[in-house]
Parts: sequence; structure tokens; C-alpha cells
Amino acid sequence: MEDKGEVKCIKFSLGNKILAVQRTLKSVDFLNFIPDSPQLEYTQECKTKNANILGFCWTSSTEIVFITDQGIEFYQVLPEKRSLKLLKNQSINVNWYMYCPESSVILLSTTVLGNVLQPFYFKSGTMSKLSKFEIELPAAPKSSKLSLSERDIAMATIEGSCKKTHILKLNRTGKFALNVVDNLVVVHHQDTETSVIFDIKLKAEFDGSTTIHQFVLPPRSIQPYQIPVAGPASVTSQSPVPCKLYSSSWIVFQPDIIISASEGYLWSLQVKLEPVVNLLLDKGKLMDFLLQRKECKMVILSVCSQMLSEPERGSLSVIATVFDKLNHEYKKYLEAEQSYTLVVEAGLSRSNPLLKRPVRTQAVIDQSDMYTHVLSVFTEKKEAPHKFTIAVLMEYIRSLNQFQIAVQHYLYELVIKTLVQHNLFYMLHQFLQYHVLSDSKPLACLLLSLESIYPPAHQLSLDMLKRLSTANDEIVEVLLSKHQVLAALRFIRGIGGHDSISARKFLDAAKQAEDDMLFYTIFRFFEQRNQRLRGNPSFTPGEHCEEHVTFFKQVFGEQALMKPTTF
Amino acid sequence: MAAAGGAGQEKQLAPTLLSFFIYNPKLGPKEGEEEKKILFYHPNEVEKNEKIRNVGLCEAIVQFTRTFSPTKPAKSLHTQKNRQFFHEPEENFWMVMVVRNPIIEKHKDGKPVYEYQEEELLDKVYSSVLQQCYSMYKLFNGTFLKAMEDGGVKVLKERLEKFFHRYLQTLHLQSCDLLDVFCGISFFPLDKMTYLKIQSFINRMEESLNIVKYTAFLYNDQLIWSGLEQDDMRILYKYLTTSLFPRHMEPELAGRDSPVRAEMPGNLQHYGRFLTGPLNLNDPEAKCRFPKIFVNTEDTYEELHLIVYKAMSAAVCFMIDASIPPTLEFCRKLDSIVGPQLTVLASDICEQYNINKRISGAEKEPQFKFIYFNHMNLAEKSTIHMRKTPSVSLASVHPDLMKILGDINSDFSRVDEDEEIIVKAMSDYWVVGKKSDQRELYVILNQKNANLIEVNEEVKKLCATQFNNIFFLD
Repeated sequence: MEDKGEVKCIKFSLGNKILAVQRTLKSVDFLNFIPDSPQLEYTQECKTKNANILGFCWTSSTEIVFITDQGIEFYQVLPEKRSLKLLKNQSINVNWYMYCPESSVILLSTTVLGNVLQPFYFKSGTMSKLSKFEIELPAAPKSSKLSLSERDIAMATIEGSCKKTHILKLNRTGKFALNVVDNLVVVHHQDTETSVIFDIKLKAEFDGSTTIHQFVLPPRSIQPYQIPVAGPASVTSQSPVPCKLYSSSWIVFQPDIIISASEGYLWSLQVKLEPVVNLLLDKGKLMDFLLQRKECKMVILSVCSQMLSEPERGSLSVIATVFDKLNHEYKKYLEAEQSYTLVVEAGLSRSNPLLKRPVRTQAVIDQSDMYTHVLSVFTEKKEAPHKFTIAVLMEYIRSLNQFQIAVQHYLYELVIKTLVQHNLFYMLHQFLQYHVLSDSKPLACLLLSLESIYPPAHQLSLDMLKRLSTANDEIVEVLLSKHQVLAALRFIRGIGGHDSISARKFLDAAKQAEDDMLFYTIFRFFEQRNQRLRGNPSFTPGEHCEEHVTFFKQVFGEQALMKPTTF
Repeated sequence: MAAAGGAGQEKQLAPTLLSFFIYNPKLGPKEGEEEKKILFYHPNEVEKNEKIRNVGLCEAIVQFTRTFSPTKPAKSLHTQKNRQFFHEPEENFWMVMVVRNPIIEKHKDGKPVYEYQEEELLDKVYSSVLQQCYSMYKLFNGTFLKAMEDGGVKVLKERLEKFFHRYLQTLHLQSCDLLDVFCGISFFPLDKMTYLKIQSFINRMEESLNIVKYTAFLYNDQLIWSGLEQDDMRILYKYLTTSLFPRHMEPELAGRDSPVRAEMPGNLQHYGRFLTGPLNLNDPEAKCRFPKIFVNTEDTYEELHLIVYKAMSAAVCFMIDASIPPTLEFCRKLDSIVGPQLTVLASDICEQYNINKRISGAEKEPQFKFIYFNHMNLAEKSTIHMRKTPSVSLASVHPDLMKILGDINSDFSRVDEDEEIIVKAMSDYWVVGKKSDQRELYVILNQKNANLIEVNEEVKKLCATQFNNIFFLD
């Protein structure tokens, strides 16, 4: 690049294809970085006469905005033609400006005091003027001096909203700097060398138009970065030196950049969630806070585990609150997922290009997460009294039900296991009686397996299978296994399935029951069925009932066999 | 019978309690010491020698029948005038109840003639009544043996006297029926979510009032939750629904100037009040005495204070260890924590119940008169009986029909198999009894000129509407 004088500012376009260089107050030079394209500079002067260019911002790979003291100019760069095309311009007095690349918003400071801020929004060749807003100044300014400088303002994308609707209450004076990390506003205070965190998503005082926020956590210092001591390998055993924090040489960039000019470091600020757990004692608020964070899942699960075990065991009402908050978030996701599926299934996805599959954030903590990381561990530890264990499980099931989320079978299994371990069968019976543990085949089978230690489980299981109405085969099997052959037959006849059942299976069971009259009855029933279906009472070879016929003849005599009736 | 033509004025005399006594043959084994065996005798006015004679007779009968059936000696003795029931609830402790058979009083030649109806009383019904006498005694006093350990025969006699003196007056032998055999529990029908809310409430209350060992929850005199084991709950339920609740009329329902209402402390936040324990919490002199109950007497033998607290139709029983006497401060705390929440919960339940009733269309009273009982969870349902009054629960059908039900029940208890019995009774009545696994259902139908097939169809219809969610064989 030729030396054409002092460079004020230099910026690549998005995609690094075009370099914009500002050397004078009146114009910006451009240089293409496209392979096989001549590296010849081209220049664009600002259109407004007598205006000075304050700066420029790329809003896309080929679009650029000049900000002058008299307005803004929006250009499209045509690198092949090596020229620019003015898309739009707007006259306005500008003191200073600020650009937020994530949201493509430029904020202009206008008016004499500089406290009226005018945002502009850029998107694919269009420029839209957003509603301006005024920053209230702490005291009536003495002169018409510029009172609000760009140092006082920080702009960042917080969940896509870019409106001044929130007031952060600092309750202190002095020099502040501001970062935005993980949708949190972090305000650094130089005098006390601490930072405070604001979460504008949390509930706060609302005065009708704006929300007034208190900081979420008590002020804390940033954990210093450990600077490894440079030097020969032999001396690296020296412990790293923590860097100096909150120095006056700090420069803060959005969203999360801190530059220490004196030490020559560029840091990116991160929020560590683990220490927050001990700073926010109200578990409900803590959950509200954590659920908004990106990397929250494991922290939330560990908070849940913690509140279930000593020494910090929470009360049931606190536990209920936490479960409700988690399931609220879980339900929101399930609903979004469901309505998405509905739209896709209805074939409407093409006509609606904006439709996106809902993103599952870490805040969605489902039953399997809770089961694996919290509840199964908690019940296995057995350190809590069983009353508490059961109360917690029931509370979780209550919460799921309240949000109309179908409870997974393994949670019921956990409840049953715990009750059985403590011989609380009557409790289990009552839960089943009120259908708190929803009907399912696996649950019915689990109950069957309990019959030997708790006989009423048999009845509970059969009732459940009956209600399922898809488990008729299982009912027959259960009855046959108990040699209740007649009951099985009456049941299958009651539901009209007696023409397709296997005769052999029933005859086997009747024979095992060692009750000749029963065997006779069952045998006769099938002879009659054969007669009705095929016009002949004898069994076909495919039914494999030869041994039963032999047995019947042996016990009751050949003449007892039913005679074929002829018509 | 010859009296067919000249039936003058007939009067039916209901069965009555002739005597009730408790003895232990081991306490006076020697001759001349027989009186020592007798621990309790009602009526007390009976002459000593007669008491001894009656006890001796029972002893002899039991001893005699034991030779035929060592493990199951005689349960009852039928005579022309009365029937005796024997029960040995604890080893060597015998309870005997003598009931006079019902009598038909006739007038022949101007003179009254008494005709004893020897076959009217059902053994199972009155044996069950006798067993309940023991269960109720044990609930409030513990076992006989425990009393003996505590203070010998003297203490046991005192306890028996104190308890049975009053309790025997509340036996209404004339209206005992099949329900006394079942001694079941009526459960309140409820949707899952409301049930879970109640669970959550109970768990939180037990946590806040950390001395509470067990809790039971009832609504409309029907059980929703029992932390007690089934057998203890069964008898506690009977006490609550036949004795305690009927004694406490709803103050909300009572007139404004009624004395019940005046007792209510000036409390506008909630409707909670103690049914046992202090009446007025603002009275610093208020006594915090609660009835003591004994549960799990088979193994852990626990003695508990019974706190019954009610708001509107919802009643909670908190049972706390007897070693911790509840103070007035505790009662106030309980009132302030439980009162408001229970009030809200009670109105929630009421609202939900009405919604469910509307959905299921259960508002229309079924035409069927039936009694259902499940041996597994003791669930009982009767459309034959009217609401329980302080004294009795009255059947709305003829006693003869009730007797048929009792007979069918006796038949059922003789075999394990599932059975079905259909009886044609007098005046177009049909009585159907069904037994499927551990469940029993008794239906009374009154259809003109109905035949067996039609009756069977009707019962099927009933099963399909009322019992479609359980496995109940047709």
C-alpha cells in the first residue's frame, strides 16, 4: 500500500475482501483484496458539503456507512467497477457515534448536550431510523457543553432488544466501565475495584415505562488472569503473577473485551456461574438467574443436588419452587417443539420460511437430566429420611403434572423402588388408587413382580392392564399363570376374542391346574368352538392338541368326546 | 304355622344387647377364685354368681369345641332366645357378647305371646361388631396385655370399665348389617392433580410441624390419604366418621347465633379449627389435651396424640408421638400454618369435585342400589345406606333384603373361587351378588316381571358404568 499520508482509521469489510482506509476528514479510500484483481485504490468523498467524516462502519461485505458531523451516508461498494453507489443519506447533527455490529445498529449522539440518541438499523441495502431516546442527565448542565460523551454509553445486544427501557441502579459514584457477557450487563467500578452484574431479564421494579434494576449479586472483583512469568524453562517454576485489575489504563470494548494498555493484554470477560450459587441465597431467584445463562445446565443440576442433601437441604416449598421453574422452562420448549412438528407435519413449513426448529438451550432440563444427575443419585444415597425422599419425588411428579408434562416411567419406578424398600406398600397402594402413577405396561409388570411380597399388587396390576385396553393378551397370560383358566376364558369371551385364541394354551393351563372338571369344561368349550367355526368338534392338527385329546379320553372315556352334528 | 288366620296386632322387637363380658381363664384357675377371671361385665348389676356361671359356660363351650377344631374353636352359640358370640383377640383374653334374638310380639287370647326369631341374626355381622369393639378399645387404650404390664389386673379393669361403659351404649345392634362385616373405608373420588396438591400439602405440613409422625386427610367424611397402616386407619376412620365428625357440626352451617359459632375464635383469615384439643386458642388457659391412640400394636407399638383439625369439609389428622405433649404454642403454630392453607385447599377440592362431577355426569343418582367392597384396599361404596348419622348408618331397603345380602356374603367367604349368586326375593326384588378376585358387589334390583337374563343384563350395565376402570369379571 502506498504511503499517501497519515492513516486515521482502517477497516476491512465483512469477509475481508475490501479494505477501507480513512486518511482525511473528507474522504475514504478503498482497496480490493480480490484475487486476480488489480490492487488499485479508489476513493469516495462524503456527499455532504463542508461535512467532516467522523468515521465509517461496514454493515455487510459490500455496504458501508459514513458518519459525518452532519449526517450519515449509506453506500454500496462495487469492487469490480471500483466505485461506490449512494443508497441513502440522512442529515442530522452528530456529536459522536457508536456501532453495534451484532445488531447492525448505529447510535448517533445529537443535540447540543449530546444526550439525545438516535439509532439507525441497517439490513441488506436498507436503512431504517429507529425511535430516538433521551438520556436523563444527573444535573442541569451549566453550559451548553457536550454533557454525554461516548465513554458513558455502551451498546450491546441483549436478547435482541435495543431499546432504553431499563435503568441500572448503581448507587455509587466514580468511573464506570461496562461489558456485556451472556446477556448480563457487567459494570466495573474503578474506585472500589469491583464489578456488579445486572440481569435485565429478571423481575424488577417497573415504573410504567422503564424497569429499574438493582444488581443481582453483591459487588465482586474480577478473578485476575494469571500471567505466566516469561523466562527460561528453568525458572518457570515461579508461580504466575496475577495481573493488575481495574487499572486506569483499561479500555473496555463491547461486548466483552477489556484491554489493559499498560500491561499490553487483551482479555475477554467471562461469567463464572459456580460462585454465583453461593452468592444468591434465594434459590428461586438463583434459578431465574441461572436459567437465562448459556452454560447453565450442570450448575443448575448441581444446585438441585445440593438442595436435596445435607448440610444445605432446602425446605420442600423451596424445592417445589425450583422444580416449578425448571419445568416451566421445559414445558415452554416442549410446546415450541410440538407446534413446530405440527406445522411441519401439516406441510406448511415451505410457505413459512421463518419457521425454525426451536433451539434447545441448556436451560431445558428434562426428566432424564433430573433422573440421571439428581433424583436417582439422591435416592440411592439414602442419607435423607425416606419421608423426605418420597416427598421430593412426589413434588417433582406434582410439578410435572402441573405443567401437563407426561411423566416418564423411570420416575414412577424410582418412587415404587423407594416405597418397596421401606415396606410402604399401603402408601404405594394409595398412589395407584388415585392414578398418581400413570398406567403403563411396564408399570403393570413391575407390580406383578411385587405380588410375592405384597399380594394386592396382583389386583392393582390387573386393573391397570384392563384400563390400558391394549393389554388383553397380558391379562390372559396373567390369569393363566395363576391357573385361573375359567376367568381367562370369560374375560376373552367378554371382549369377543375367543374365536382366535389358542386352544392349546388354555388346555395346557387347565391340565396344570390338576382339576379334572375344569379341564372338562375348557375342553368342551373348544370342541363347541370347533363345531361352530368348522362344523366339526375335533381339533385340527395345526392346533397341536393331540395330547390333550388323549388325556381327555383317558380321564372321561372316548364316548365323552363331542359327536359331530350333521345338518 | 297356625297363627295365620288370627294375626292380631304384631309387634317387632329389635335385637338387643343382653350382656357383654371379658374374661381371662388364666387369672382364676383355682376353684373358688372364678370371680378373678372376670375383667369386665355388663350389665354390672348382675349377681356375682350368675356372672361366674355365664363365664364358666362360655369357657366350657370354647373348651369343648376345641376338641373338634383346635385352632378354630366356637365363634357363636345359637339358642332359642339369644345368640352368644365369642372372640379371643389376645391369647387367653375372651370377649363375649350376648344378643337377644328379635322377637315378634303377638296377642293370643288377650295375652302377649313372644316368638323368638332364631335365624334372623347373622353370625358374621355380629362377630364383626364384637371384633370392632376390641379394635376400638385397642385404638384408644392399647392391648389388654399392655395394660396388664402397665399396672396389672387393676389397671386393665379400670380401662375396660372406662371405655366400655360408654362405648356399649353406642352399639346399635338393631341396625347392624353387611357394612359392619366390611368395616370399609369410603374414599373420596379425586383427580390426579388435586390429589398431588394434597400430597404436597401434607408433606409440607409434616415438614413444618416436624413432630408429626403420621397424617391422614379426609374430605366430606371420606378418606383421601392415610399415613397410617391400613388396619389402624380402618378403625380410626370408623371413629372419625361415626363418632367425632357427627359430634362437630359445621359452624359455617350453624346459624349465626348458634353457640357453636360463638366458640369460633375471631379469626377471619381461615376456617380452620380443632376438633380435638383446644377450642379457643386465644384463651391462655385453654387445655391442649388430645386423645391418645395406639397404632402398630403388632410390632412397634406406638402411642400417639390425635390432633384432628378441620377447615370447611376438609379434615386432617396429625398424629404426634405421645412422649411430646403438644403445647398451646404448638397449637397456635399449627393453626396459623395449616389453617389458611387448608382453607384454600378445601375450596380447591370442592371446586374440582364439582367440575369432575359435571364432566362424568355423575350428578344423576344411579337407579341401582348396590354395595361394593374391595378387600384389598377396604374401599367401600354403598348407595343403599343414607349418610351416616351420629348414631347409625341406615339402610334404605327392607331388613329382609339386607339379610339376603349378608347370607350371600357368608356363602362367598366359604370359597376362594369367583362366584355369582342371583336371588329372587319377595315382591319383584332381585338380589345379585358377585365376587371377582378380592372384590364383592351386591346389587338390589326392583323390576316388575324381570327374568334372570334381564337381571343379568342390568348388572352388566351397572358394572360397565360404575366399574369400568377395574378388572371385574362379568
